[in-house]
Amino acid sequence: MAITNYASQNAGALAQESTWEGSVEELRGLVSERALTGETMLLNLGPHHPSTHGVLRLLLELDGEEIVTCLPDIGYLHTGIEKTIEAKTYEKGVTCTDRMDYLSPMSNNMVFCLAIEKMGELDVPERAQIIRVIGLELTRINSHLVWLGTHAMDLGAMSVFLYCMREREMILEMFEMLSGQRMMTSYIRPGGVWRDITPDFLPALEQFINLFPSRLDDYESLLTDNPLWRDRTEGIGVVEPEDALALGLSGPSLRGSGVNWDIRKAMPYSGYETYDFNVPIGLHGDVYDRFYIRILEMRESLKILRQAMARLTPTGEFRSNNRKFAPPPRAELGRSMEAVIHHFKLWTEGFPLPDEEVYVAIESPRGEIGCYLHGTGGNKPRRVHFKTPSFMHISALGSMSEGYMIADLVGIVGSIDIVLGDSDR
Amino acid sequence: MMQITNALDPVEALKSALPAMVQDVKLFRDETTIVVAPEDIETVARYMRDTPGLLYNYLSDISAVDYYPDYNRPGRFGVCYHLYSMIYNRRIRLKVFLQEDDPKLSTLTVLWPAANWLEREIYDLMGIVFEGHPNMRRIMMPKDWNGHPLRRDYPLGYETVMFSFNFDQINKHKPYAKE
Amino acid sequence: MGVVSSKLGNMGVVTTTLDTAVNWARTGAMWPLLFGLACCAIEMMATQASDYDLSRFGMELNRASPRQADLIIVAGRVVRKMAPVVRQLYDQMASPRYVIAMGDCASCSGVYNNYALVQGVDEVVPVDVYIAGCPPRPEQLIHGILTLHERIRGEHLNQWIVEGER
Repeated sequence: MAITNYASQNAGALAQESTWEGSVEELRGLVSERALTGETMLLNLGPHHPSTHGVLRLLLELDGEEIVTCLPDIGYLHTGIEKTIEAKTYEKGVTCTDRMDYLSPMSNNMVFCLAIEKMGELDVPERAQIIRVIGLELTRINSHLVWLGTHAMDLGAMSVFLYCMREREMILEMFEMLSGQRMMTSYIRPGGVWRDITPDFLPALEQFINLFPSRLDDYESLLTDNPLWRDRTEGIGVVEPEDALALGLSGPSLRGSGVNWDIRKAMPYSGYETYDFNVPIGLHGDVYDRFYIRILEMRESLKILRQAMARLTPTGEFRSNNRKFAPPPRAELGRSMEAVIHHFKLWTEGFPLPDEEVYVAIESPRGEIGCYLHGTGGNKPRRVHFKTPSFMHISALGSMSEGYMIADLVGIVGSIDIVLGDSDR
Repeated sequence: MMQITNALDPVEALKSALPAMVQDVKLFRDETTIVVAPEDIETVARYMRDTPGLLYNYLSDISAVDYYPDYNRPGRFGVCYHLYSMIYNRRIRLKVFLQEDDPKLSTLTVLWPAANWLEREIYDLMGIVFEGHPNMRRIMMPKDWNGHPLRRDYPLGYETVMFSFNFDQINKHKPYAKE
Repeated sequence: MGVVSSKLGNMGVVTTTLDTAVNWARTGAMWPLLFGLACCAIEMMATQASDYDLSRFGMELNRASPRQADLIIVAGRVVRKMAPVVRQLYDQMASPRYVIAMGDCASCSGVYNNYALVQGVDEVVPVDVYIAGCPPRPEQLIHGILTLHERIRGEHLNQWIVEGER
């Protein structure tokens, strides 16, 4: 049997093969002239480094402790997700999007499904919109908790990490109630959500909403007014609003610089325009502002969760009734021939989308996550491209960290909240 | 202080200011696409960014699409620029079609630094060269990689999956690492 | 060993084989490398954090340097650009060293059967324990670690001394 194998052709050579930068000459034009003469030092940080939040590699040019140039290098987690989705039907593609930004799987599902829904002009029932909002806001808190824990740990506060992971377990348990999976939920599907919420979900959510504000106060009492924390974060990594826009920052990193742009407010989706919440804005654009904005965002998310929970009716539609896109419920299969045909067609062939293009963006915990979807007229996409916030944030890292100490770099990397799976895809 | 004027219709404004540069205008699901020639993209993008009434000041995304194998479009590759206007809260797409052999385009890094990595990604995965880019190197793949993976004629690289019935067969050839 | 000492009374003397003593020591304080790749690394963090508390098995101390680590948990997908790095980390570790392939991607590349991924990290480093799941639950990771401990307890001193000389 022939093993079609582009991969293992060079697998034996993999171990010896090197992808490192060959010579300093290749860096001419990227680092200052002083590095080529050896006056400043070139230092390689990563891809295996505890505080790079994954497999980010930074090539630093250092003058003593001071950073002269910072050249981020990514691709150590390039998974080929976009290519893989091109080989799958639309509904199967949702599974792949989870693993992109693995701290906020629901946002990835959401943006991909919104693109499909926009292209196929698919309706989403009211109740599904509310469930989606609950999922998205829980995801936001979940992602911010991991960010807060690791960011604080990088800057020397270990216990915050343990507390954050404790609360995160509560959210993961709720995700498990919704979707049967802790992290890779694939819960949001084209036309609604995969299944209805389970009976034990709402009590768990209520318990979480009641408990979490006090826990949030705990974190704040550890960090917000802590002089050590303020010393390490205030005035570090300052980005002016004009620069932030030009560099393509989004989400809390952009709002930390004082630009009021939240896609939930600017271009509402899933009924966000009907919820009452505020968008925190920073003043100085430094690490501390970006930290504090995320803390406030968690409180705003709680507000949204409370409203959404009050709106949730006990029963109702959780997925579109358009049988060309959404499979019929299991109970119908025994009764209706039509349902069997739809079920068969959907799971073998999928649904077709026109040979056109759409671009949809939503506010993920990290910023604007966009999905550019181009159909073929058939059941598989021609091209899916995700504009991911981490990708833009890492590309901005170079200009953000120039002139600061190398110890501050860790804080700056933490403050823009990067996930390498998000940036490399 | 900048004067905020009333919003202009982007297509009308562009047609009256740079009539030769608008090749085609498409509207699909309330998204406007303006097709321009590859050599005009910098001029058009600068006009979109700086003209009062348009002010598409935020570069959301650049994405490339490959229409291989049988395309009924002006070129094999399409490059889409998704611009967003913070002030007027709306999006627009500029689109460029490129020919199959030697796809080249001028860079937008002079307008938005954000374009730097987005263009590098397209170069790496789609093989479209952006002229004038400060650092046109591979970003995702190793630097000695052959080919551009996201082109439609590049194989996915599928490997036969091991199941119990073919385990022995594949296991024999699988290059396991040594201690 | 506890049985032996209680039988003899509190004499401060314990008799056991050297194999058992060494393997007991090695399983009781196994230091993993602080090394995360993708989604599974988040579950690995969760395993080490408050709810699952990996320090119950003597593994709370993550070493950032491979020179001080006994175990590398490959948590996540290994792509072709990263493969030489993983191998280099493995080579830097002192023998005896162990590898756990955590998750589907590290074991067999999972859902991503494509150009970018190494189809199973066992093409790059020899793997002792595979853990299924995408990502595995913390319980699964703990089970994998205990399986590794089990395996180490079955090792004999003379085996790995010979191995070390090679």
